[in-house]
Amino acid sequence: MNTFDFLLQGLLVAAQPMNLLYALIGVTLGTAVGVLPGIGPALTVALLLPVTYKLDPGGSLIMFAGIYYGGMYGGSTTSILLNTPGESSSIVTALEGNKMARAGRGGPALATAAIGSFVAGLIATMALALIAPFVVKLALVFGPREYFALMVLAFVTVSSAFGDSTLRGLTSLFIGFALAIVGIDQLTGQTRMSFGIPDLLDGIEVTTLAVAMFAIGESLYIAAQGDLGPDKVEAVKGSVWMNRQDWARSWKPWLRGTAIGFPIGAMPAGGAEIGTFLSYATEKRLTKHPEEFGNGAIEGVAGPEAANNASAAGTLVPLLTLGLPTTATAAIMLAGFQQYGLQPGPLLFATNPQLVWGLIASLLIANFMLLVLNLPLVGLWVKLLTIPKPWLYAGILLFATLGTIGANPSVFELGMLLAFGVLGYVMRIFGYPIAPVVVGLILGPLAEQQLRRALSISQGDVTVLFTSPIAAVLLVIAAAALIIPLILRARGRGEVLAQLAASED
Amino acid sequence: MKQFFLASILAGALALPAFAADYTIIAPANPGGGWDQTARSIQTVMQQEGISGNVQVQNVPGAGGTIGLAQFASQSKGNPNALIVGGYVMVGAILTNNSPVTLNDVTPIARLTGEYEAIVVPADSPLKTFGDLVEALKKDPGAVSWGGGSAGGTDHIAVGLIAKAAGVDPTKINYIAFSGGGEALAAILGSQVTAGISGYGEFESQVKSGTLRLLAVSSAERIAGVDAPTIKESGLDVVVQNWRMVAAAPGLTDEQKAAVSTDIEKLVKSASWQETLKTKGWQDTYLAGDAFKEQLAKDISATETVLKDIGLVK
Repeated sequence: MNTFDFLLQGLLVAAQPMNLLYALIGVTLGTAVGVLPGIGPALTVALLLPVTYKLDPGGSLIMFAGIYYGGMYGGSTTSILLNTPGESSSIVTALEGNKMARAGRGGPALATAAIGSFVAGLIATMALALIAPFVVKLALVFGPREYFALMVLAFVTVSSAFGDSTLRGLTSLFIGFALAIVGIDQLTGQTRMSFGIPDLLDGIEVTTLAVAMFAIGESLYIAAQGDLGPDKVEAVKGSVWMNRQDWARSWKPWLRGTAIGFPIGAMPAGGAEIGTFLSYATEKRLTKHPEEFGNGAIEGVAGPEAANNASAAGTLVPLLTLGLPTTATAAIMLAGFQQYGLQPGPLLFATNPQLVWGLIASLLIANFMLLVLNLPLVGLWVKLLTIPKPWLYAGILLFATLGTIGANPSVFELGMLLAFGVLGYVMRIFGYPIAPVVVGLILGPLAEQQLRRALSISQGDVTVLFTSPIAAVLLVIAAAALIIPLILRARGRGEVLAQLAASED
Repeated sequence: MKQFFLASILAGALALPAFAADYTIIAPANPGGGWDQTARSIQTVMQQEGISGNVQVQNVPGAGGTIGLAQFASQSKGNPNALIVGGYVMVGAILTNNSPVTLNDVTPIARLTGEYEAIVVPADSPLKTFGDLVEALKKDPGAVSWGGGSAGGTDHIAVGLIAKAAGVDPTKINYIAFSGGGEALAAILGSQVTAGISGYGEFESQVKSGTLRLLAVSSAERIAGVDAPTIKESGLDVVVQNWRMVAAAPGLTDEQKAAVSTDIEKLVKSASWQETLKTKGWQDTYLAGDAFKEQLAKDISATETVLKDIGLVK
């Protein structure tokens, strides 16, 4: 049997009514739990995996795939509607998505996220099936110096993409770096800036910081404005659905997001967030509507949402081809596979084709179910925005606290949540962008560790950072992204650029 | 709004079973590494054998397990359903990190498994034998980069011992620490480092498929079914065994301790556990009660000597 026969057979099994029901249940459960901030896909899958044990292998794999994609998707709904990212990979979605929701375009935002996730999931799952062995070879070429170059590129693009002032953006980024230093240094085992507090040994949790900065900070900001004038939020302006223009502006970002997210997800030290950052920065540069960025540009939702779903499928590449679980979610999936005697590893595609193709077919079905479940719900979700502000923000506070406590039941964690919430409020008042702080906390440690590893391997020889072809290309792109705007500005086209860099808040 | 509340109630109800689990096992490392695999094997077998209906595994990675250990000791006090996986790496990490929380702050239940270290190179490496690697190390210790687990762990200690036995200054070794088995393996497969060192089980499927070359193992005798010489055969007197154990929370009553010990004994004696050991290539080194306590104390003092020898602990 060849590739397509296996896939077709898997699809036939997965399309049986009972299995479709399992897929629907899985997607519903996954989305419901994934909506809680602080509870990401990893925890969702871990919590719900035992539910699947009682089923036969086929049904179980299908329900499991539903939970996985549902959990990935759940976070984007709260990002868009409540400005409360459910997980680190949907932080970027909140930037434009929430602006759209407040402008009465929550429906199209949710729809482009759902359809974009579907498109990306579909393409990436097919890519997983067809080119996984090649992608994994590329991913393994990425060593410490290549990762460091990738981080440099991310810093340059990201810091210029968020906010209208480079200085303010960089200030925020460095606050993130400073917070990232807290905790035990991985390469030497030495403690840094933890002040003898055991809770800080582990460093600062990304989701805690993100939820605090976005949700708590926002609530404080709204509350501090007091009861000024009538509530201007319009829940629905125009159609709840995407119009022709929305489609025209979404399909390219979906494809670009997929192309960025899939390979980054496949890298052992990648991670879904990096793909979303790069996708957002790309869309901001390529858009024909730069004035809308920061005020609710649909491209800024479509691209990153596609990227994070594509990278979820990308994570499966090293898992299925090498047996390398590169994320917490992948590790839990590994435990799930082992229930059925499936040992992911280099020989898996050869020794266990039915199970592999069954899983891939299940992922396709789950992806489809996600769309079936979420599109009709869009109309209901946007009604959430008609809730009076005091109620809505009280609900957000409750939600944020519940999610944080659920993920890590610790009083200190809750204290950090509130403290960072106040920091987010203060930064909002003084017009500093919020997102770079979170970006700094995520990318800072990665960049630091990879740089130190690279220099350690080369015994302190700095030239090694530029001599690898991939690293060199990435650094050249980064340099171009940094220098070209400066040249354009010097030629007196600064005004155009100032317009390009629309404000975030 | 109704849907909204319904969703959160549903989510809350779903989250509840996690707290009512029969056992929650902390794997104090990133997913994919040895402790993670041990914790997940315990999970699988306990559920298969009906020892516990619902077992959760939680990863708390970092610094050779001391972050997980500290969190476990402070948050699980008196909780008879909480377990943590640990081992030799943790003993070393507690010393190198000067950790305020030690194994005295938890209740060690039993040593479960032991695994020997394996030294591998990528298939296309010019180094063909362990002798070649030692020669390269003697020539320029810094030029040989070793990829392995966290700083001060078993892998790091083994490299130090090899260097010392080969007459190379152990403080000169170029050891690159990765937080979990998965990340280290990726670096070795990608030829980012000269050689890799970790438990044999983590390399097994790669060695079998021919993408990694196994140079030597750290056992005293050759391991049945493993086609590689021991380090001893190459003339270096180095034997390292990376054992793994399970511990319960501090502040348990004697009855609670006994109940956990009984469950672990059931686990170890079960057929599916023995099967798991075989497939993972782990040796059964089950040791419980006072015998384990004594052995643990011995191991801790021996490790301290080794770490001082190679300059990791001042």
